[in-house]
Amino acid sequence: MKFSILVNEGPYTHQAADTAYQFTKTALEKGHEIFRVFFYHDGVHNGTRLTVPPQDERNIVKRWSELAEKYKLDMVVCIAAAQRRGVMDASESKRHGFNADNIAPGFRISGLGQLIEAGIQADRIITFGD
Amino acid sequence: MSEETMEPGGVRKKFMYVNRKAPYGTIYALESLEVALIGAAFEQDVSLAFVDDGVYELAKGQNTKGIEMKNFSPTYRALEGYDIEKLYVAKESLDTRGLTEADLLVPVQVVSAPELAKLMAEQDVILSF
Repeated sequence: MKFSILVNEGPYTHQAADTAYQFTKTALEKGHEIFRVFFYHDGVHNGTRLTVPPQDERNIVKRWSELAEKYKLDMVVCIAAAQRRGVMDASESKRHGFNADNIAPGFRISGLGQLIEAGIQADRIITFGD
Repeated sequence: MSEETMEPGGVRKKFMYVNRKAPYGTIYALESLEVALIGAAFEQDVSLAFVDDGVYELAKGQNTKGIEMKNFSPTYRALEGYDIEKLYVAKESLDTRGLTEADLLVPVQVVSAPELAKLMAEQDVILSF
């Protein structure tokens, strides 16, 4: 089956960020297709590379990046939600006059249209959040 | 980067946005509305449902000055201009909060829980906020 995944909660605060990852990973391992993972609301914080969790804890951001690399996953961070919360790629950062960016490898920043398209293209879209 | 407005393959699906949260206190209501507005460009069959505290999103007379938030409730009146005309409000949610249709900003269809369940079952895509 072709799934799209919507992640609405931030890492470490909410189980949804973990469950979304575990679902996505398991679906891929079982041979399903993931059309896109879309990060919205505080979910955009899953895509910042400037997280340093304690060494004995899971690294949520790195885990996503590795999954994306292994399976060529399309992981999209909502631009409007990201701008509100300070998640930037190099071009967005430059456009807004900042001197740094923090998007993690494997994530890209794009519009909400990508969420709608994810709903249109997938057989099922699954929301992880409150 | 700008919002994409492509329409993949001309597919038309039934999209329902389910609004469950009060308009202020968390950002879910505002960001849900943003999805509905962007989604309108994709010419899908869109409806909005308001349940639980989500019914407060449509309440008349919102005044947010004291909490320094933007009052985004007038935007619900603009939905019609985006061809979003199917607004369903859960009757039980209104009743338990002492609200009636007359307290709401826009024309809606008030539906019972079983009616709403039936509408949800008919959808291709449900995004719940």
